Amino acid sequence: MSRGTVKQPEEVPSAFAFDLESEAEIVRVLACYPEGRQASGVLPLLYIAQTQMRRQTGSGWLPRVALDAIAGRLGVAPIRVYEVATFYSMFNTEPVGKYHLQICTTTPCWLRGSDAVVAACRRVTGIEGWHETSPDGLFTMTEVECLGACVNAPVLQINDNYYEDLDGARTEALLRDLQSGGTLPPAGTTVERLNSAPEGGMTTLLDVTG
Amino acid sequence: MAMVKLTIDGEEVEVAAGSTVLQACEQVGREIPRFCYHERLSIAGNCRMCLVELERAPKPIASCAYPVADGMVVRTDSEMVRQARRGVMEFLLINHPLDCPICDQGGECDLQDQSFAYGMDHSRYAEEKRAVKDKYLGPLVKTVMTRCIQCTRCVRFATEIAGVPELGATARGENLEITTYVEKALTSELSGNLIDICPVGALTSKPYAFVSRPWELSKIDSVDVLDALGTPIRIDARGSDVLRVLPRSDDTLNEEWLSDKSRFAIDGLKRRRLDRPWVRRNGKLEPASWSEAFSAIAQRVPGARIGAVAGDLCDAESILALKDLLGNLDSDRVECRQKGESLDLSRREFYLFNSGVAGIDEADALLLIGCHPRHEAPVLNARIRRRWVESGLPVGTIGVVPSDLTYPATELGQSAAALLGLHGSGSVFGQVLRAAQRPMIVVGQGALLRDDGAAILASAWALADKVGALKPDWNGFNVLHTAASRVGALDLGFVSSGGIHSMLDDGVDFLWLLGADELDFAGIGRRTFVVYQGHHGDRGAARGDVILPGAAYTEKAGTYVNTEGRVQQGFGAVVPPGEAREDWRILRAFSEFVGRRLPYDDIDSLRRRLFEVNPVFARQGLSRFGITDRRGPEGDGRAIHDSALTPAIHDYYRTDAISRASATMAECSRIYAQPMPAAAE
Ligand code: SF4
Ligand code: FES
Ligand code: FES
Repeated sequence: MSRGTVKQPEEVPSAFAFDLESEAEIVRVLACYPEGRQASGVLPLLYIAQTQMRRQTGSGWLPRVALDAIAGRLGVAPIRVYEVATFYSMFNTEPVGKYHLQICTTTPCWLRGSDAVVAACRRVTGIEGWHETSPDGLFTMTEVECLGACVNAPVLQINDNYYEDLDGARTEALLRDLQSGGTLPPAGTTVERLNSAPEGGMTTLLDVTG
Repeated sequence: MAMVKLTIDGEEVEVAAGSTVLQACEQVGREIPRFCYHERLSIAGNCRMCLVELERAPKPIASCAYPVADGMVVRTDSEMVRQARRGVMEFLLINHPLDCPICDQGGECDLQDQSFAYGMDHSRYAEEKRAVKDKYLGPLVKTVMTRCIQCTRCVRFATEIAGVPELGATARGENLEITTYVEKALTSELSGNLIDICPVGALTSKPYAFVSRPWELSKIDSVDVLDALGTPIRIDARGSDVLRVLPRSDDTLNEEWLSDKSRFAIDGLKRRRLDRPWVRRNGKLEPASWSEAFSAIAQRVPGARIGAVAGDLCDAESILALKDLLGNLDSDRVECRQKGESLDLSRREFYLFNSGVAGIDEADALLLIGCHPRHEAPVLNARIRRRWVESGLPVGTIGVVPSDLTYPATELGQSAAALLGLHGSGSVFGQVLRAAQRPMIVVGQGALLRDDGAAILASAWALADKVGALKPDWNGFNVLHTAASRVGALDLGFVSSGGIHSMLDDGVDFLWLLGADELDFAGIGRRTFVVYQGHHGDRGAARGDVILPGAAYTEKAGTYVNTEGRVQQGFGAVVPPGEAREDWRILRAFSEFVGRRLPYDDIDSLRRRLFEVNPVFARQGLSRFGITDRRGPEGDGRAIHDSALTPAIHDYYRTDAISRASATMAECSRIYAQPMPAAAE
C-alpha cells in the first residue's frame, strides 16, 4: 500500500513497554470491562500505545512490539491484535510524521472544496502521494473517508484534532505555522461560528428566550 | 431433543432445534453451495454463497448461519436463489485470477465447480483486479494469495482445531489479506489440513506443486502407518509413484484430519529404497539375486539360535508369517518391542487405548503420563483440544512437556514419581480425577521405555481403579502407542519373556529383522548374523549381513491394528520397486527354500490363519467396551524411581525409516524441531 518513505531500521523499535502514564490509563480502561472480558479492551489499548509512541518518539504509530505487548497484556494471540490494528485506519502500523494530516475527500468535503485543502497540504509539505512523509519528518499525508463532521466540511484531521471549514489559504497558514515550530491550535472550525452553528450568529429560533 | 418442522422445496422436514437452515436442507438431500461453511469449524457466514429464499423474508438468507424455526418455508432452487447465487459468484470472481490452467486446485476446486453452476460466461468487470502478495507459511503449504476468497476457513482451522492462532485476516475491504503478519512457518503438525479445507487454490501443497492433476490419479484406500492412530487414508498414485496421501473421514477416529508427517513423508518412499537383495561378502554389501540371498541365509540356519524382531511399520500378515517361519525353524524368540518397552500382555486391556479416540469426547478429566500426544499422535491431540474447547477438560501431565500441547495443562511434575503423589488424597489433581465421571489416564511410550516402565504401568492402572476410571461402561485406562504395527504384533504374541534385551543377551546368533530400525544396534552381538528384511536402507539395513527388499505400506495389502485395538485393512496402491516383494511372500518363499513351507499361498489363506491365531483380527473396526475385571497388570507401583520422564519422540518429523528418508521431513525438522533439552536433570 504505502509507497512512502522507506522506514529507517532505527525507527523500528525492538522493544516496547508501557510507561507510567499509559499504565495508569490501562488500569482505568480495563476496569470498565467485566471480569474475563478484558480482551475487548484492545481498541483503547491500541490507542494508548499509539499515543505513548507519539509522546516518546514524536511519531504516533504502532510497531509490532507494541502490538505484542498489548496481546500479552490482554492474554490473546498476537494475530488477534494485528487484525484489529490493521483494520482501523486510525491506527498506524507504519511510522508517521509528527503531524499526521488526514484529509477527508469524501463527497461532502469534496463538494465543499477538499481539493484546495489537499493542494495546500501538498504545497506546504512537498509531499506528492498518499501515505508519504515529508523529508523533515514533520508531516504525513493520508487520504481518509468521511470523518463524520461533514456539517463543517471540508475537514482536515491533524493527530487528534479536527480542523473544519477550511479553505486553501487557512490550511496553508495552519501548516506553515506548524512548520515554523508552532503548536497545534485549538481544534474546531476555522471560521466565525460557534461549533456548527451558522456563520455570524444564529439565524433561526431568535424569538426563543432562555 | 426439541424438534422443529419446516418446509424445504415443498417437502416437510423435522430437524433438531438449533440446527441451521443449511443443515436442514442437507437432511432432505438439497445440496447448498458454500465456501466459508465447514461442519467442523465455527460459522463465519461471510461468503454468502449459501443463500436460499425464506418465505416472508425481505431478501435471501445465508442458510449456513440462519437457525431453523417452526413453520419456515424455504426454497433452495427458485429464480431468486439462482439469481442471488449468480450475483455472489460474480463478486467472488471479480478479484479471482483466471489461472485455473496453472492452478493445482484445478479439477478439485469448489470455486471452479460452483462457478460452473452459477458463473457467468463473461465478466462485466473492467477495472483492475487486486493482487495480493503470497505468504510464507513454511515448507508444506504453498500460497497463491490472489486466489483467496477470504472465506477464513484457514484462520478458523488454525485457531480452533490446530490450536495455533497464527493466521489472521488483516486490513479490510479491498485490502483484506490472510496472513501471519509476522513472516513465519505455521507451527502445527496439522498444517497440511489447510490445503484440504481451502476451497480454492490459495493454499496448496508445496511438495505436490505442479506434480499432477486429480484425474490422472488412481485412488486407493489404505491406512496410515506413521503413527499408531491408524488414520484412514487415500493414496493417490500415478503409475508406480505415490503422489499424494489424503485423509479419509471417520468420525470415530480422525474426523477428517491427517497429520503432516503422514501426509508429506511420502517423498521418502522414493529415496534410499532397497530394491534388490544384498549379501555381505568380506565385510562389504554386494548386490545379489534372490536365490543367492536365500542360500546365504539358509547356510546359517542349521544349528543357529534364531531370533526375530518386527519393526514399527509392519503389517500383521508379515509379522505372523515371520512368527510362523521361526516356529518352523524351532524358535520362539520373537519380539516387537524394539526398545524394550514394558507391557503386560496377559490381557488386551493392558496395552490398548481402551477409551477409544471417540471416548475423548466424553472424558471429563485427563492425565497424561510420559506422553506428548502433540508429537505422538497429532490428530488425537486435536481431539483432546476440542474437548478442552468445548468443555474445559482439565488436563494434567506427568513428565517433561517438550512443546505447548495447544491446550492448558497442569504440570504435576517432571519426575515419574509424581504419579505416586496422585494416589494420595492430598493431591488436587487426584481429586479432579476422582470427581470425574469419565476420567482418562494415558500412559505414553516415554513411560514404558524406562526400566521402571512396568511399575509405572501398574501404578497408572491402580490409579485408574482408584479414581473410578474402570467401570462396566467405561475403561479410562489407555496406552498410547507410537508404532503402527505394535498392537497387531502384541495381539499375535510376537514377544518373548524378558523382552528384547534378554533375547539379545541370551546368545541369539542369527537375527531376522523385519523392518526393525529402532532397536539398539549396539546390543546385537558382533558375530550375530543379521538378516534385514525391509524397504529402506536405514539403520537396520546398515547392520544387515543379508538384505531382503520388502514393500512399504503403500505397496502391499496389509492389516494394521491401531492403538485402540481397531483392526483395519489397507490396499496396496503401487508395486514395490525393482525386485522388492510383499513381505509375507518373501517369508513364504524362504520357508519353501529351506523346506519348511508355510501353509498359505495367498493373502486370503494367510488372513484365515490370522483370524485363527487371534479372533480379534476377524472383526474389522472397533467396538468399545467397559471393564469388569479390575485386576491390574504385573508390576510393583512403588518401584518407580524419581527421575525425569522424557517423551518418546524427540523429533516429530523423523521417527521412522520413511520419514528419515524424506527430504520434506528433513526440511521440516530443520525448521521446526528444537533440539531437546538434555534429559533428566
Ligand atoms: S486462503 Fe483459502 S481457506 Fe484461507 S481464507 Fe483464503 S480461500 Fe479461505
Ligand atoms: S465527508 Fe468529510 S467529514 Fe464527512
Ligand atoms: S457458506 Fe454461508 S455464508 Fe458462506
